[in-house]
Amino acid sequence: MELHGVWFVLIAFLWTGYFFLEGFDFGVGILTKVLARNRPERRVLINTIGPVWDGNEVWLLTAAGSTFAAFPEWYATLFSGFYLPLLIILVSLIVRGVAFEYRVKRPEENWQRNWEHAIFWTSLIAAFLWGVVFGNIVRGVKLDQNFDYVGTFWDLLNPYALLGGLVTLTLFTFHGAVFTALKTVGDIRVRARKLATGVGLLTAVLALVFLLWTQVEGGDGKSLVALVVAVAALVAALVANQVGREGWSFALSGVTIVAAVAMLFLTLFPNVMPSSLNEEWSLTVTNASSSPYTLKIMTWCAAIAAPIVMLYQGWTYWVFRKRIGTQHIAAEATH
Amino acid sequence: MDLALAPETLARWQFGITTVYHFLFVPLTISLAALTAGLQTAWVRTEKEKYLKATKFWGKLFLINIAMGVVTGIVQEFQFGMNWSDYSRFVGDIFGAPLAFEALIAFFFESTFIGLWIFGWDKLPKKIHLACMWMVSIGTILSAYFILAANSWMQHPVGYKINESKGRAELTDFWLVLTQNTALAQAFHTLTAAFLTGGAFMVGISAFHLLRRKHIREMKTSLRLGLVTVVVGGLLTAVSGDTLGKIMFEQQPMKMAAAEALWDGEAPAPFSVFAYGDVDAGHNKVAIEIPGLLSFLANDDFTSHVPGINDVNKAEQEKFGPGDYRPNIPVAYWGFRWMIGFGMTSFAIGLAGLWLTRKKFLLPQHLRVGEDEVPHVVLFKNKALGPTLTRWYWRIAIWTLAFPLIASSWGWIFTEMGRQPWVVYGVLQTRDAVSPTVSQGEVITSMIVFTSLYAILAVVEVKLLAKYVKAGPPELTEADLNPPTKIGGDSRDADKPMAFSY
Repeated sequence: MELHGVWFVLIAFLWTGYFFLEGFDFGVGILTKVLARNRPERRVLINTIGPVWDGNEVWLLTAAGSTFAAFPEWYATLFSGFYLPLLIILVSLIVRGVAFEYRVKRPEENWQRNWEHAIFWTSLIAAFLWGVVFGNIVRGVKLDQNFDYVGTFWDLLNPYALLGGLVTLTLFTFHGAVFTALKTVGDIRVRARKLATGVGLLTAVLALVFLLWTQVEGGDGKSLVALVVAVAALVAALVANQVGREGWSFALSGVTIVAAVAMLFLTLFPNVMPSSLNEEWSLTVTNASSSPYTLKIMTWCAAIAAPIVMLYQGWTYWVFRKRIGTQHIAAEATH
Repeated sequence: MDLALAPETLARWQFGITTVYHFLFVPLTISLAALTAGLQTAWVRTEKEKYLKATKFWGKLFLINIAMGVVTGIVQEFQFGMNWSDYSRFVGDIFGAPLAFEALIAFFFESTFIGLWIFGWDKLPKKIHLACMWMVSIGTILSAYFILAANSWMQHPVGYKINESKGRAELTDFWLVLTQNTALAQAFHTLTAAFLTGGAFMVGISAFHLLRRKHIREMKTSLRLGLVTVVVGGLLTAVSGDTLGKIMFEQQPMKMAAAEALWDGEAPAPFSVFAYGDVDAGHNKVAIEIPGLLSFLANDDFTSHVPGINDVNKAEQEKFGPGDYRPNIPVAYWGFRWMIGFGMTSFAIGLAGLWLTRKKFLLPQHLRVGEDEVPHVVLFKNKALGPTLTRWYWRIAIWTLAFPLIASSWGWIFTEMGRQPWVVYGVLQTRDAVSPTVSQGEVITSMIVFTSLYAILAVVEVKLLAKYVKAGPPELTEADLNPPTKIGGDSRDADKPMAFSY
């Protein structure tokens, strides 16, 4: 495979990593209002991701930075074209990060409640909008001969992309619920499993429609395999959740995300951003990519750094492997 | 078209606002990470409680600060594509790589180990916990290096060729991009200035408590550490600034001529202390100058020729075609002066502070104090300053906190605006770098959104910092003094509350 093909796979890998990891972070953020019944429970949820959410978010920065380096045209078109959705995502991520860090730092009821609202809404908005963004990338948008986006904001809110948004929203919520079941003890764990069943069924229906739509519009044999894996994994995750195999359930919901993202990228290839105006104006792995020299350097960097990153991030999850419950949350912030 | 609303004007304002704001947090993050790690090292080695208290205190302020640094950093990564898509298309082959390196190598490092440090007090043995903070510190420094290498390429593009058929610049020598003298000098200057900033922050806050005679033990230690950091950092900032200046005289003579409002080349060239001029006519109306000093700053002698704004403008017109190649002269001139003025004032205050609060072996018997007493402020050999002067000494030390922040903001404004009209010096002009299809409405919307969000967060952040500054170092608990011996924590009690929770 040529280097730009390798980098297409690597970019897909980075986005997959991002959606796998921050996917459950977003889900947990949403559950703070859907599952938690009081402040101690909300804090249990937030603390399941407390030590790791920041590291998880770096997957996004790496995906964006690597797209800039490996496919500058793709980066330029995507970020300038999807200006307003990305602005909203940026605001969400800014407020959300500050909310996690600052919420506990003052005891006032108003302060804590406002940051809790912020965590819920920003998680929900970002989870939804990433689906909209990727829906549009796969579907194709109005690109002119200079690869500049000439559509409007409203063009991005088409039914297919909006359905994509609902899929990421529900899928991440499901992923967050099975993660919560895996990481907590007590009543909240039981309720997380119950909630996961409901959300998971809804996700299954939405995802099936969205992925079939994708398959019909631009799929091939490979994407069909990914579709089948995604749906089968989701069903298996639901079953595992039902019988109380929480580790399996989480792993399988992870497989669902991996397979679904893989399917989108398989459908996309060899395009990276198709133009809906003229096929000639589509950005492809070839016309969007950097020079072979840059790609070679990037490949070395990724080959060395990525495994190390995964090792120490993995180690973090191991350090914080214990389940937590309301009894582990000190009433007052200690330090 | 109305110039005030030209697309690049809006995009530049937005970049300026978001970047200067982001950079208020960056130098504090870089220096406080290392200083906190240093204090924690002192705790691990000596087991003196004051070091642990100081670690917790400065670590808390560091965390409040880094939270803002991290989230405003995401905007930086996105906005090249959002507002500057033609820039991104043109330079992505070169400029993207250091950004990707930064994310892959530095951001992952910082963000992962900061999580381990925040939540790791009761989960990690103390040496491993300490190592996490050093990892964070290494991450912040690496991050600064990569992004400065990228910026240096905009200041002085090297290791590339222009691919005419693709209409873009392409990388030919990545090692050169990472190690060219501009990158090394900028990294040295920015990192030392970061330590000047963090040192002054520590001095200011320690002075606040010492003025009120509170938390004396920890704050005395912090004051000394801060003062030493200010003096060493300030000295190295000056040295590296001189190096960087000389490089700029060579690589961007226009920027340095503008910094001096030197309209026409002179030999020997004077250093301008004050100037007021007419930009259109191209000369100064009022000028107070020190003869020969500019020649020295540029070339290490007092006689050599330094080209002026009009000379460089003419030379660039011959090279690049008709146009105005002058940056905003008043901004460059005053930006340069505010940078040096505020930076060196904080250095001078630090140096004075180091002498005035010197340790006992330099003091006569009656001026020495015990561990729990506020040090005397001693100017001459045998006499401490009176109560009024002493109070003023502490107050000035508190104000010093802001000076390096002002200096580094102006430093960036100077270096970026001094490069105009180029975004990549000599290669790409700023007006050709903006996103062609992003509408004015979209840019205005995002500018209003970011500016108001940043303003609100600034209030929130400063209030929170003030609260934790006033609260002082926390009392230590039994658990603080008995860190775990096993990774994951010693599981004596399965239901024990976490040492820290969000």
